[in-house]
Amino acid sequence: MKTVTAPPPVTRATPRPGARRVKPRFGRTAVTALIFLIPALVVFGAFSWWPIVRGLLISFQRTNLIDPAEWVGLANFAALFADPLLGTAIRNTLLFVGLALLIGFPVPLLLATVMSTVRRGAGAYRFLVYLPVVIPPVVAILLWKWFYDPGHGLFNELLGLAGLGPFPWLDSPGTAMLSLVLQSTWAGMGGAVLIYLAAIVGIPSELYEAAQMDGASIMTRIWHITLPQLRPVIGLLLLMQLINTMQVFTEPYVFTGGGPENSTLTVLLLIFRYAFQDGNYGQAAALSFLLAIVLGVLSAVYLRATRSWSAS
Amino acid sequence: MISPVEERRPAVRAALRSIQWFTLGLLLLIGIGPLYMMVKGAVSPSADLIARPLALWPADPRPENFVTAWDDLSIGHYLFNTLQVVGGAWAVQLVVAVTAGFALSVLRPWFGRYVYGAILATMFVPYTVSMVSLFLTVIDLGLVDSYWSIWLPAGANAFNVLLAKRFFDALPAELFAAARIDGASTWQLLVRIVLPMSRPILAVISLLAVMHSWKDFIWPLVAITDPDKQPISVALANLAEQAPQDELIAAMAMALAPPVLVFLVFQKYIVAGLGFTGVKG
Repeated sequence: MKTVTAPPPVTRATPRPGARRVKPRFGRTAVTALIFLIPALVVFGAFSWWPIVRGLLISFQRTNLIDPAEWVGLANFAALFADPLLGTAIRNTLLFVGLALLIGFPVPLLLATVMSTVRRGAGAYRFLVYLPVVIPPVVAILLWKWFYDPGHGLFNELLGLAGLGPFPWLDSPGTAMLSLVLQSTWAGMGGAVLIYLAAIVGIPSELYEAAQMDGASIMTRIWHITLPQLRPVIGLLLLMQLINTMQVFTEPYVFTGGGPENSTLTVLLLIFRYAFQDGNYGQAAALSFLLAIVLGVLSAVYLRATRSWSAS
Repeated sequence: MISPVEERRPAVRAALRSIQWFTLGLLLLIGIGPLYMMVKGAVSPSADLIARPLALWPADPRPENFVTAWDDLSIGHYLFNTLQVVGGAWAVQLVVAVTAGFALSVLRPWFGRYVYGAILATMFVPYTVSMVSLFLTVIDLGLVDSYWSIWLPAGANAFNVLLAKRFFDALPAELFAAARIDGASTWQLLVRIVLPMSRPILAVISLLAVMHSWKDFIWPLVAITDPDKQPISVALANLAEQAPQDELIAAMAMALAPPVLVFLVFQKYIVAGLGFTGVKG
C-alpha cells in the first residue's frame, strides 16, 4: 500500500508567476473557450446559481406548483418562527453536532496517533478503519437499527452478558440522539483518521530527534510536538465536521423518522417535511435560508483556513 | 515520534506492541464485526435471529435467502438503477470538470476569472440548502423521475472544477505552445496533450464522483418519486418497513457487496487518493 503523503500536490500547483501563457484578450480564443465552458455554464447555471437565487426569492413567496407564485413578504419567516418545532429542530441539531464533536472528534486523532507507530501491517489498519466509510449510509443505518433492537438486538445481548441494560436505544427520547451519533461516528471516522495519519507522517523527524536529545519522553513529544504540528489539520477537520453534521438528515430519517416525540427531528429533516410532506415550499425555503447563512459562514472560515494551510 | 533505538528497549517495545495489538483488535471488531453479523444474519432463518442473536453461525444456514431476497425485493433491478445513477453522474462530472478546467486553465479567456469565481462561490452553499428550489427547477424542466435530475446537478460540483484547473495549471505551458506551432487544434490539444497527462486527476475526480453518488441519499429520495426507478439506497429505506427481517438483511448484504468489492480492488488508490485531496469521504 502506498504511503499517504501531505501536503497534496494539487494545492502546490498554483500558476507560476513567470510562466509563459497564450493570453489573448478577445477574439477567436474567447469564443472557443466559451464553447468549452458550455457544459459548466449549463449545469452551474440551471442547477446551482439559479436555485440559490430562486431559494432566496421563494422564501418571500407562496408557491404551490399550480398557481403563479405570490409575494408574501416576511409571512414565511413569521410562520416559521411561530412553529414550536423550529426550536426543537435547532436544539436537536445542536445536540447532534455537539455529541458528534465530543465523541467523534478525539477518536480519529487517537487512532491515527497509534497507527502512525505501526511499521509492519499498516495497510491492514488503514483498510479496516476505512471499511465503514465505503458502506452506503442507508445500509449501515439499517444494519445498526437491527443491532439497536431493544428486544433481541446485538448490542443489548452483548451488554446483557456484562449484566448491563437492557437499553431502549432508539425507542427513548433520552437515548435516541446518542444512538444516532454513535452510528454516525463509526461510519465517518475513517476519512478523518487517514487525513490525520497523512499529517502525522509529514511531521519532520528532526523535531522529535531534537526533543529526544533534550530528554523528552514519548508522551511529552506527542503533547508538545505532534499536537501543535497538527493544529491546522485539526482546525480544518473540526470545521468540516461542523459543516457536515449541521446538515444531518439520513440518520434521523432512516433510523427514527424524527421520533420518538420529535427527539431526533433535525433542521434538514424539518425542511424536508415542510417541503415534501406539507408542500409548504416557502416556509421550507425560509428555513433553508437561515441554515444557508450559518453554513456559509462556516464554509467561508473553512475555505480561508484551507488557503492559508496550503499556502504555508 | 518513537525512534528506532527506543523501539528496541523491551519496556517501550512491549507497551507499544500491546497498544498496537489492542487497536488492531478494536478495528477488526468495528470494521469487520458488523459486516460479519450482516452476512450471518442474511443466511439465518428469522426464528434463529430472535432465539440466538449472539450465535456466530446459524444452526441451519439458508443461503437461499439471497435468492429469495433477489427475486422478492427485486434487488437486481434496484442495483441496476443505482448503476445507471452512478454511471451518468460520473460521466457528467468528468465532462464538466475537464472542459471547464481546460477552458479556464489553458485557453484563459478574459472572462475566465469571473466564471471561475462564480463556480467557486457555490462552495459556500451546500446543495442541501438549495434543495427545495432545485426540486422546483427540476419540475419546471420536466426532469422529475428522469435520471437527468440526478446526473446534471451532480455535474455542478465546484471542487471537481477546482481540482481539474489546478492540475492543468501545473502542466508545462511550453507543451501547449509547441502543439500550437505544430498546428494542433484546440480539441486536439485537449485530447492528445492535456488528457493523456491528466490520468491521476481524472482518477481522483472519478473516485470522488462515484463514491459521492453511490452514497447520496437525500437528493435521489426527493427527485425520483417513481418506486420503479429508485436507486437501491432509497428502495431499501422503503423496503425496511415491509420486508421480513432475514430477507431485508440479505438484501442489505447484496447492496453492500459492489462498493466493498470496488474498495477491495482499488483500496490502495482510494486510500492514497484521499490523502491526495485531503477530502473526507
